[in-house]
Amino acid sequence: MQKIEDLMRAKAAAVLADGAADCVLAWKRGIFPYDHAPALFRRGDDLADLVYDVFCPANLAKYLLATSRAGERAAVFLKPCDTYGVNQLLKDHRVVRDRILAIGTPCGGMVDVKKLRGAGCGTILAVKDRGDVLTVTTAKGPVTVAKGEVLLRKCLACKGNAYQIADDEIGTPRGTPPAPADRYAEVRTLEGLSPDERFAFWRQELSKCIRCNTCRDVCPACTCEQCVFDHPGSGVDGKAYVDTSQEALFHIIRAFHVAGRCTGCGECGRVCPQGIRLDLLNHKFAKDIDAFFGPCQPGADADSPAPQSTFRFEDPEPEAVTRQDDRRDRHA
Amino acid sequence: MLVTQEQKQQPAAGAAAGKDTAVGKDTGTGAAAFEPKIVAFCCNWCSYAGADGAGTARKHYPANVKIIKVPCSGRVRPLFILRAFQKGADGVILCGCHPGDCHYMTGNYYARRRMDLLLSMLDYLGVAKDRLRVAWVSASEGARFADLMNEFTAHIASLGENVKLRDMRCRK
Amino acid sequence: MQKIGVFVCWCGSNIAATVDVARVVAAAREVSGVVYAADYPYMCSEQGQDLVARAVREHGLNRLVVCACSPRMHEKTFRACAERNGINPYQVEIANIREQCAWILKDKDEATAKAIVLMKAAVAKALLDEPLAPGESPVTKRALVIGGGIAGIETALDIAEAGYPVDIVEKEPSIGGKMAQLDKTFPTLDCSACILTPKMVDAAQHPNIRILSYSEVEAVRGFVGQFEVDIRRKARSVRADLCSGCGICAAKCPSRQADSEFDAGLRKRGAIYIPFAQAIPKVPVIDRTQCLKFRTGKCGVCSVVCPNHCIDYEQKDEILTERYGVIVLATGFELLDLKRFGELGWGRSKDVITSLQLERLTNAGGPTEGRLVCPSTGREPKRVVLVSCVGSRDTTDRGKTYCSKICCMYNAKHAMYIREKYPDTDVTVFYIDVRTPGKGFDEFQRRAVEEYGVHYIRGLVGKVDVHRDGTLHLTAGDLNSGRQIEMEPDLIVLAAAVTPSPDARRIAGLVTASIDNDGFYVEAHPKLRPVESPTAGIFLSGMCQGPKDIPETVAQAGAAAVKAIGLLAKDKLLANPCTARCDEQRCSGCEICVQVCPYGAITAEDKTVVTLEGVRETRPVAVVNEALCQGCGACSAACPSGAMDLKGFTNREILAEVDALCW
Repeated sequence: MQKIEDLMRAKAAAVLADGAADCVLAWKRGIFPYDHAPALFRRGDDLADLVYDVFCPANLAKYLLATSRAGERAAVFLKPCDTYGVNQLLKDHRVVRDRILAIGTPCGGMVDVKKLRGAGCGTILAVKDRGDVLTVTTAKGPVTVAKGEVLLRKCLACKGNAYQIADDEIGTPRGTPPAPADRYAEVRTLEGLSPDERFAFWRQELSKCIRCNTCRDVCPACTCEQCVFDHPGSGVDGKAYVDTSQEALFHIIRAFHVAGRCTGCGECGRVCPQGIRLDLLNHKFAKDIDAFFGPCQPGADADSPAPQSTFRFEDPEPEAVTRQDDRRDRHA
Repeated sequence: MLVTQEQKQQPAAGAAAGKDTAVGKDTGTGAAAFEPKIVAFCCNWCSYAGADGAGTARKHYPANVKIIKVPCSGRVRPLFILRAFQKGADGVILCGCHPGDCHYMTGNYYARRRMDLLLSMLDYLGVAKDRLRVAWVSASEGARFADLMNEFTAHIASLGENVKLRDMRCRK
Repeated sequence: MQKIGVFVCWCGSNIAATVDVARVVAAAREVSGVVYAADYPYMCSEQGQDLVARAVREHGLNRLVVCACSPRMHEKTFRACAERNGINPYQVEIANIREQCAWILKDKDEATAKAIVLMKAAVAKALLDEPLAPGESPVTKRALVIGGGIAGIETALDIAEAGYPVDIVEKEPSIGGKMAQLDKTFPTLDCSACILTPKMVDAAQHPNIRILSYSEVEAVRGFVGQFEVDIRRKARSVRADLCSGCGICAAKCPSRQADSEFDAGLRKRGAIYIPFAQAIPKVPVIDRTQCLKFRTGKCGVCSVVCPNHCIDYEQKDEILTERYGVIVLATGFELLDLKRFGELGWGRSKDVITSLQLERLTNAGGPTEGRLVCPSTGREPKRVVLVSCVGSRDTTDRGKTYCSKICCMYNAKHAMYIREKYPDTDVTVFYIDVRTPGKGFDEFQRRAVEEYGVHYIRGLVGKVDVHRDGTLHLTAGDLNSGRQIEMEPDLIVLAAAVTPSPDARRIAGLVTASIDNDGFYVEAHPKLRPVESPTAGIFLSGMCQGPKDIPETVAQAGAAAVKAIGLLAKDKLLANPCTARCDEQRCSGCEICVQVCPYGAITAEDKTVVTLEGVRETRPVAVVNEALCQGCGACSAACPSGAMDLKGFTNREILAEVDALCW
């Protein structure tokens, strides 16, 4: 990936130099080899810090909100999955197209540092990406790890290496991790449990919530000027950690608000400090929308209507939904 | 953690399902038979008028059902329904004009989409699946409104108290 | 500070017999925000409203909660009462303790407890009620009448006479409707055409009336005062501006396959035809499904014989878009299709006919020039049986549960004029009940029995056998004597149930009028607003609202006209102030609301707003056009951020009601 990083740096320098962009959104080297962070570059001199390797999972799309609003034209490096988020922001009229220079950036899958540690890499000093395997330099010497074993969960639901929006591209598209046969396999497994087991699962998950709102902050579909949960006039403001039902309300409503707009980027689940399986909520809605109202991939384009702002005369009756769930539960 | 009375009584609820009997005594509250709290969101044009029709025709339906008038079933945010459950409703029913008959032409189609998703999600969370009902009731279906409320109330009574989605802060 | 007065109505004993109003008052006094509570036998009466006025004055009330009947009944009354007393009419809430408590419950404790909860929910909402002011919208001073039967004609004439332009849209080639097909009318036995035709001519010649025949309403946009309607003018294939109505084309048309609609299938008509002699407009129309020119490309006879060169095979449907202030529905009725009444001989013998066919058979302009004959033989019948309630008062799924209302009278009419013209012909009427309320009606039916010797047998016809030679054998029960009756009538006439026009449902969808289970339009109130649809600006005229005879239809048509005129006479209408409102600070401009609004009332516009962080910036936000918004709330439910809210039904208000009901 060294080569890609160099190409990115050169591209960033070029767009800043020739005025094609006022700023560049990319990733910046962290203190450790695995904690790179999103960064805004304005000067060519700073680009030495620009980094791109298997530890750059952050979707930069949402940062376009700020740059677009400030009237700046931002060049943004987008992994294939991040491009969906940009389209969604465009569809929601949250960013101005002319203020975005979308640069497609090849991705071979991002690595979960926790999994890497679990794979026998204690103190990680350096990581080399060799395609299918990673060579990790640890305090105790080099370790070779199969990349497929340590990919982030969101990468296991990879949507492929096609850019949904790109004004420019870096290098050539890379092989992506094998797409799962069924993106919704885990949702299906959960659906297959009994209602009480499902309730127990979600109670366990949602009671971990500390209402830090990181899921909300990172989500490219959560772009309200002010969240209903922060709006004193909404009647549901307040975020005291009080009760599982409160958290359930927050997470259901949040998932509902992004249903049909959630691109499935998986950032909410990735950033949750409590490790709540938020992806399973969003995937459930995505799966239901596909099944009830026809296939839909939010972010695949910037102008088709969102599922919740349209309808078909032949949409299923709520009764049919209940009956279908009944049938499944009897099998469970 | 929550006391999941609902879980405990599942077998009993299953056995009593469909029967016109409350299983309130199993909920641990003791004393009188369980009286479920039921909120009915009714659209102004069809269902609220249907409810009036039930009254005018002196059709009996239980006092448990309390109606909130909304202009259209499409006005109802899932939030309203979840809030009702949170505040202690044991059942919620959303009534609107029949598809195709919406006074505002399309409101109930949006409501239907929203409710399809909400019902499925509630089920996924293992809560309140058939505590939420969606029904289309026209202005002339007073008798049907009453029948529906009788049946729904009996069904909710058979499910027992809603515990899973209830906000436990102020009521122990 | 909110100072709420709670007024609990007894509604005589309607509420007070089941709800302990004193307890509701006592409970209200305990509710925070309530500074006054009282009960009164009839709160809607002048004395009741005086009580409200006094309480407002003495206690400085600024919001009212009235626990009474349905808001559909008296919300307006109490809003007006509030306004007279200096309270904004939208700071009034009604707790419906009559329809929702007293009338559905028997146990007083239960009803009272529920009434108290409903009262508390109303108070919770009232606490949040903001003062609202209705906007104004202009009125297009033109009426649309859908349907050109006697109901539509009468309504149109009355509106036109008041000085407003009216368009009549009629789907058939001529106006006139069912009444034009009738021979005589009860209870006077005057000729139907003789009283209808002048009305049709009046309508055609009235400077304020435009007749759009052979046309259908295709789309309706807008709302009361400003409906915009697309009308499809179906291609007649004849140029009406040139046609003299000579009828040569129809006479020479070689196609003779189609059943004449006007003669109820008793005669064939040409592919090009004028429905009947008095048709208005008297312009033929080509039935393209029948015309040889359209079917095979060969023919063109009509074009050759037409002296004025009016035939235009290339004519296309046209869409006329027009604006109207009001729409009157006068879509009339049809007879029930009797295909499921085969046991009565329907479809098995030509001599089993409907009452409407009998009208054509006795009409001088009909297929037999008024000579009553059996269709199978052409001979005069000697024994005629009239069967009432075929599909009416029928609780099976093949019939209708309601009484069709007109059949008892027209059966008496038919029996009388058969006996009048053919004294040797025996006439028997089978009936369940004879229902003849109405001025001169019962006398009329008695004359049939007493003066004309018509046999009335209370009983149901069980079956009709059709013998190989075509003769009929009828088996019936006589309920009074308990005997079985066997008869061999020459002609059997079935009084088929009336049903709404099959178009009524489609049109209801277009104008968002409510319809009942049988497909008749629902009136805004069965007693007090019988000619208005619940949808503002939509009025009901004639059979489309329910079975009725001609005098009633004409009366109702006039009533609908008066309601329409009342609206057209206004220059401005007060709009519903419960419209959507956008909190621009919180609107993120996603435009989901724009997409779900059925009225195109929301647009995204660049506006300068101060953000919640205090930054002044220009960005697109949703803007509601209050004149177009109808207050459905679709936007407010779809808006993720809650920036879009609905006045009068705000998120907080509904949540407050939820909380009050659940706690």
